[in-house]
Amino acid sequence: MTALMVRFRGVTKRYGPLTVLDHLDLDVARNEKVAIIGPSGSGKSTLLRVLMMLEDIDEGVIEVDGAPITHMPRDGTLVRASESWKRQGRSKIGMVFQSFNLFPHMTALQNTAEAPVSALGLSRREANERAAELLDMVGLADKRDHYPSQLSGGQQQRVAIARALAMRPQVMLFDEVTSALDPELCGEVLSVIRRLGEEHSLTMLMVTHQMGFAREFADRVCFFSEGKIAEQGTPQQLFGAPQNERTQMFLRAVMDAV
Amino acid sequence: MNAALFDWQFAWQILPELLRASLYTIGITLVAFAIALVFGLLLAILRRSRLQWVSWPVASVIEFIRSTPLLIQLYFLYYVMPEYGLILSALTAGTCGLALHYSCYVAEVYRAGLDGVPRGQWEAAKALSLGPWHAYRNIVLPQAVRPIVPALGNYLIAMFKDTPVLSAITVVELMLQAKNIGSQTFRYIEPITMAGLFFLIISVSVALLVRKLETHLRMP
Amino acid sequence: MTELLPLLLQGALVTIQITALAASLAVALAFLAALAKVSAWSTLRWAANLYIEIFRGTSLLVQLFWLYFVLPLPPFNMTLTPYTVAVIGLGLNIGAYGAEVMRGAFAAVPRGQIEAAIALNMPPLHRFFRIVLPQALVNAIPPGTNLLIELLKGTSLVSLITLADLTFRANQLVQATFRSGEIFFATLVLYFILAQSINLSMRLLERRLRRGLTHGSM
Repeated sequence: MTALMVRFRGVTKRYGPLTVLDHLDLDVARNEKVAIIGPSGSGKSTLLRVLMMLEDIDEGVIEVDGAPITHMPRDGTLVRASESWKRQGRSKIGMVFQSFNLFPHMTALQNTAEAPVSALGLSRREANERAAELLDMVGLADKRDHYPSQLSGGQQQRVAIARALAMRPQVMLFDEVTSALDPELCGEVLSVIRRLGEEHSLTMLMVTHQMGFAREFADRVCFFSEGKIAEQGTPQQLFGAPQNERTQMFLRAVMDAV
Repeated sequence: MNAALFDWQFAWQILPELLRASLYTIGITLVAFAIALVFGLLLAILRRSRLQWVSWPVASVIEFIRSTPLLIQLYFLYYVMPEYGLILSALTAGTCGLALHYSCYVAEVYRAGLDGVPRGQWEAAKALSLGPWHAYRNIVLPQAVRPIVPALGNYLIAMFKDTPVLSAITVVELMLQAKNIGSQTFRYIEPITMAGLFFLIISVSVALLVRKLETHLRMP
Repeated sequence: MTELLPLLLQGALVTIQITALAASLAVALAFLAALAKVSAWSTLRWAANLYIEIFRGTSLLVQLFWLYFVLPLPPFNMTLTPYTVAVIGLGLNIGAYGAEVMRGAFAAVPRGQIEAAIALNMPPLHRFFRIVLPQALVNAIPPGTNLLIELLKGTSLVSLITLADLTFRANQLVQATFRSGEIFFATLVLYFILAQSINLSMRLLERRLRRGLTHGSM
């Protein structure tokens, strides 16, 4: 069992002339909780999206649990991963999106049970049981048969978390999951994430603007700027004594806004 | 019997006849569309009237005409109206029927356009003491019309493609002309295919023109 | 009037049958054409575009006449019954318009839905049938209803290729009894009723499919 759960090695991602990820290196240990902060539009989400392989990278390799996922070995070298290889890699990762992306024509239970049936081959009954447990865990047992449109933003996001967990991932990605929520609804989502981290062994990567949460929950905070991790450290180190000038500017701007 | 797929010589022979018929058809379309543009606007304005006994019947008539086939409406104008003293020639009945049918579609398009004019514009016109006629003509209509030009253009094309229905009340437009040639010479493939191609060429050309008009009219 | 009604209703039944059959054909063609337009093979794309442009750009009556008068002759030598010509002609015509409706309906499914399904590792076919298609179908209903009513009105033209639909029967009755006003008016009313029935049933269908998609019952 490797100690490193996620490795970004020299990962580069370009959109036309724009380089969003620039030879990015990042190591995440098993069960580590990493918060990624930085200016808007700097490409933090892209970091998570290429890890989930929603988009392909242009250079570099991403490894999960000791094996490459964006590429696969062939004849002693690494080539771009086939779809089935990617799916194997994705099975270890779960993702929660900023805009929830719940399936609107399905209830909370159906949303959570759908993927285990189609991707893991569980029977509908087993999947429903698992889904019910997970919805209970996120505090929505009584909303099982509600449709997304009948739920508040915070409730929808919690269903989204349960849905991702139904696939039993080892790594959970949170892409600005509270940014689309009214302030008073953020708390319920953040407390679910906190409990998740405390009660289960999950490696977590969070792109977030919630500095307070990052400070008290994360094991490590990374400041992302211009395609790279400009600075990283424990919350005390990064928030308390930032070394990098850009980090300092960013933190000052964010704290002023509070 | 010439079993060739397409007799080009024959096609060339009948071309002038078909061209004449297509010009006739285009003429009918343009006249009917002009009427529809005006009458449709009238219908749209009446439908927006705040007087229930005006807006409701108008809305019902528009819905009724839009939901029923043009063919029956033409039969009505050509065969039924004479019983009530209104005798129309096939051409007049056809053109009026086409115009009436499409003014109901056009009325809905105008409605969308008029609804799209911000309420503030109406209020500004009222505040400036512009009479309703002036308000409509100089303030509201120019803003209502610009975004709906593509939709109007599409109905022009649709109307053009509906002209063959007039053949059912003996108007000798392009389709009937082609059919007549066919029944006289027993060669159907050339006239009907050519008629089809004419429709295609003209619809596509007008569609391109409408798109050009759209970009030209785009608000600065 | 009441003694004329049975024959008119007979015609109306034929109209309904043709509408239903042509509609099924049209939906299938619209779906295939929309798919072909985005396929990787350029011949398929080209063929789909050709089909759509031809059947949208030419007149419905011309298409019906072509199928009815030209196909029986050499070199095609295919004689189809008026019923078949009606269903195929209407299906092809409305299917071409339907392709654009389909395309729009699929495009309106938010990209986030597909990404969520990918993130959950759903197999592509499941993703399509369980997530994308249900949402696309709901999107397609409003414009689809309009097309369906256009189809209904288009069926009146099949009377001109001797098919005994509602319009044909109306004409028959007028020629026999000369009570043109009554009969044509009754015919208009029957078409109107059919059109509003389509409207109503589509709206009900949409409501059923949309449970959850609309601003819910909170």
